[in-house]
Amino acid sequence: MTAARDAILGGIRRSLRRGPLSDAEAVAGPRARLDAKAPILVPERAKGSPDVLVDRFLAMAIEAAATVDRIQGMEALPGAIASYLKDRNLSTELVTTTDPEMDGLVGSSLEGGGLLTVKRGLPSPTDTVSVVPALRGVAETGTVMLRSGETQASTLNFLPETHIVVLKTSDIVGGLEEAWAALRAEGPTPRTVNFITGPSRTGDIEQTLQMGAHGPLRLHILLVDETP
Amino acid sequence: MDSTTHTFKDNIKVALANETLVHSLETMKTGFRARRAVAVDRLPEFDALCDAGRDLKNHVLENLDFYLETFEAKVLESGGKVHWCRDSEEARKTVLEICRAADAKTVTKGKSMISEEMGLNDYLEENGVTPVETDLGEYIIQLRHEHPSHIIAPAIHVRKFQVAEAFRKAHPQYAADRPLEEPRELLDEARDVLRSSFLGADVGITGANMLIAETGSTVIVTNEGNGDLTQLLPRVHVVLASLEKIVPTLEDASLVLRLLARSATGQEMSSYTTFSNGPRRPGDPDGPEEFHVILLDNGRSNMIGTDFQDMLRCIRCAACMNHCPVYGAIGGHAYGWVYPGPMGAVLTPGLLGLEGAADLPNASSLCGRCEAVCPMRIPLPKMLRHWREKEFERHLTPKGTRWGLGFWSFFARRPGLYRLGTRVVARMLRILGGKQGHLKELGLSNGWTAVRDIPAPEGRTFMDRWASGERP
Repeated sequence: MTAARDAILGGIRRSLRRGPLSDAEAVAGPRARLDAKAPILVPERAKGSPDVLVDRFLAMAIEAAATVDRIQGMEALPGAIASYLKDRNLSTELVTTTDPEMDGLVGSSLEGGGLLTVKRGLPSPTDTVSVVPALRGVAETGTVMLRSGETQASTLNFLPETHIVVLKTSDIVGGLEEAWAALRAEGPTPRTVNFITGPSRTGDIEQTLQMGAHGPLRLHILLVDETP
Repeated sequence: MDSTTHTFKDNIKVALANETLVHSLETMKTGFRARRAVAVDRLPEFDALCDAGRDLKNHVLENLDFYLETFEAKVLESGGKVHWCRDSEEARKTVLEICRAADAKTVTKGKSMISEEMGLNDYLEENGVTPVETDLGEYIIQLRHEHPSHIIAPAIHVRKFQVAEAFRKAHPQYAADRPLEEPRELLDEARDVLRSSFLGADVGITGANMLIAETGSTVIVTNEGNGDLTQLLPRVHVVLASLEKIVPTLEDASLVLRLLARSATGQEMSSYTTFSNGPRRPGDPDGPEEFHVILLDNGRSNMIGTDFQDMLRCIRCAACMNHCPVYGAIGGHAYGWVYPGPMGAVLTPGLLGLEGAADLPNASSLCGRCEAVCPMRIPLPKMLRHWREKEFERHLTPKGTRWGLGFWSFFARRPGLYRLGTRVVARMLRILGGKQGHLKELGLSNGWTAVRDIPAPEGRTFMDRWASGERP
């Protein structure tokens, strides 16, 4: 294995007609680029006032075949989830993360009243609905950014048929670069970072678009406006 | 994968006679091309992003050793392993060893062109490990024992009735008389069958659209979500990637993402873009326990510093083949190996050697559409010409063509003789053309006259008419 490594790196250097980069050369060249983490060219559509970006996020997410509901405060979350599921005749049994912000789903009056059944942690293959909080929303393309961690199983984003993502309006950013900045501020890069734009789809049969290929058939985004 | 590039000319005849294929390729022209045009028009910065993409990849190739070492260090730091493999055989063996160590019976696979390049599926099967392709298109062609005919739409040549035939044969667990006419019915059945594969697999193998030096991340871009289920559920995740997939930072990855989906399917962003960093962390509820990256060279390091270095900027979006009139007529299988279309005609001789693939660079009218739509600004027509020159230098060109070119160049270097010759031939053809003004047959041009007539010259050559003062 070391032989192959040396041969490949040696081959690259032979082709480049130079030896390994000296520290000074690295610092002046590629190391500087790694350290700078400089955005290259951010499109205009990733810029704008918070209101403009929220509108753009909504428009782009809907274009990508997601559905979006805007709710006032996290208190409204259980009710919004229950009515979304009921309106579509979907199961009201859901599985969500162990993030503290999802605590409100457990023991809510809806759960108490039997209108929602909430499980937490890892989904089983038979679970059909998941509710996951997003780290950021990216207005540029209507994309939500989710990350794995002790409180979040990534399979929640792929196994169930209905994927409900909870996103705070204040967490909407313009472009991917701002989403990365937010992630870096959280600490080490998580094991998995998912950027999700609309539900699962395929065009592999005669190029006809079908939703729900292997991942979720529905992506529903609950956009939460914080109550003052 | 075994190559049939040496029988390219025969492959073409088979393809042109295949009506099913012709129908599928027509759909491609209205689908991918139109959607790309809309997506590109909507982003005013698209051209500037292409320039930036070209510059980024050039910088990466100039510092490839540095970025690969940085990437490796980051993967190790996050608890993963990096396996450097010089060629397909080393890579196949490494993957098999990982599977054996995991005591794997079945592996699920996300779509990977590197896997095709390595010929991984056949090798695993020969050694008692069952590979299951999970991308719908890849699954369909795996059942049909075929190879992909397109790098992002592997089953583009297959019609839905053929998918139904393959499913009826492969899925005896369902009622024989079930309806399978609609794409939805076919998809639901595949989803159902593959769900148990995802849950039962011991190892998951995916490709990588990018590797990121800054974080040691591997990136996959999919629409189905199959790649994610492939890498999240089994105990071991193996990533197959070639050297040139690396980019320095997450910002650089953002640039590539802005170009990739728009150029490929005309989407603003594919449904799922996933960044993976090492194995499951302590306390994580899911994710693989082992994380392996196979770094495959397979001839790429030798392309650096040559006329073909620019090809290593390719991000495999398939825009070049979607817009190629030759690919649009013959489809991907005729090209005979993993990579079809313009990018394949340049890359295949680079990776397999020119000897068996010399016909590929000749199958182009050099119309330039591929270069015009390439988000990495790869000068594909120029490189096709480089291969033609090399073919001639190495005496790989067929005798007839060499003789013809020699004959032409003898006259081309003697303008007086050339003008005399063309004058005689033009008059002769005019007489042969007679009253109709065209010829039904002409020696040495049967390929042309088999399907259409040759218009006869009007009599005098352009040079003569110009000299006598005629002006348009």
